[in-house]
Amino acid sequence: MTDTAPTFHPESEAVLAYAAGGLDEAHAVLVATHLALCPRCRAEVARLEAVGGALTASIEPAPMSAGALAATLARLDEPGAEPEPSAAVAYDDETLHAIPAPLRDYLGGNLSGLPWKWRGPTIRELPLSIGSGTARATLIRVRPGAAIPAHTHAGTEATLVLRGAYQDATGRFGRGDVETASSDLDHRPVATADSECICFSVIDGPLSLTGPIGRLLNPFLKI
Amino acid sequence: METTTTSSTAANIYDGLVEAIAVRADRTAFAELFAHFAPRLKAYLMRLGSDPATAEEVVQEVMLTIWRKAASFDRRQASASTWIFTIARNRRIDRLRRERRPEFDPNDPALVPDAPEDADRTVWTGQIEGRVRAAIESLPPEQSDLIRLAYFEEQSHREIAERSGLPLGTVKSRIRLAMQRLRERIDDLD
Repeated sequence: MTDTAPTFHPESEAVLAYAAGGLDEAHAVLVATHLALCPRCRAEVARLEAVGGALTASIEPAPMSAGALAATLARLDEPGAEPEPSAAVAYDDETLHAIPAPLRDYLGGNLSGLPWKWRGPTIRELPLSIGSGTARATLIRVRPGAAIPAHTHAGTEATLVLRGAYQDATGRFGRGDVETASSDLDHRPVATADSECICFSVIDGPLSLTGPIGRLLNPFLKI
Repeated sequence: METTTTSSTAANIYDGLVEAIAVRADRTAFAELFAHFAPRLKAYLMRLGSDPATAEEVVQEVMLTIWRKAASFDRRQASASTWIFTIARNRRIDRLRRERRPEFDPNDPALVPDAPEDADRTVWTGQIEGRVRAAIESLPPEQSDLIRLAYFEEQSHREIAERSGLPLGTVKSRIRLAMQRLRERIDDLD
């Protein structure tokens, strides 16, 4: 596995919203997972957090009620919150190296043992439940050289490549790259021939009438 | 080296207060931090829709986190106000939005490390504070307003566009221009 930095990054507004804390959890997982693979965007988030620090420091203060400091001082010796329970899953090397931590925490198992759903002979999909928002998050696994069915979507689709690469009309996307496709882009990604391609995808916007499964199956039915 | 400006000296005071908590559980330092940051954090949370009572509860939790996690503060990575902002931001997501805050793990085996030349490109010392403030102030109002909205309003760019009557593309391009300018100004090491 080569440690090359990505070429394609999340949209700047998404990076800003991540640093500011305004991004829904599914999109935040996508950005944070990209950050693990992208020193450039880590530096950008550090800058934008400094902007958040400066803006918060210069905000018009809202006085705390009398006794707030005393109440807080009285709690200093309370035991801290329980540390986060460490992940029950012992990940294998394949999963540890392919899927960076923010996303890995949501898998609940190793790549080889997950309940992948059949989406045709060359594609497996693993829908992930992330956060409370309406965005849909999914992991897609495509055989080398196979096409992901042509599709459009109601909202914007952000795709992060985790293994292998795919090519579409706009370019070649490899590990760490993020492609953000709006609803009007009819894109036909094809995995490159040298490797299987694993992508993490987050689609926002209202669910279309075809629904999440229909969206993937529709193109097959038309073929 | 830059000369230290008055404002960065003031900012460094807060770095020192967090370190005093880390080193010797200094309650006086904590009270000073509280006096400065608690009312600002309360204002921050209220800007984002909290009622005053909930905002105070969350502020208290943030201040307790500062007390407990002071040892993990590193002024070479972020100033105290930046570090405290990230704690408040994450606490708000956790408490008020009831979502998890995903963060990358610096020790992740999958992490692509910084190139050696990246590591010292941005020098996170006390001087950065003044430079960040100056960078924000240098933005034209139509750009800095959008940046503030990103931090202080829970609104999508679509909603901002609808409310302001601006095309969505204009909102996005202004945000991008603002971010580019911030990047240039903040990284400017003279």
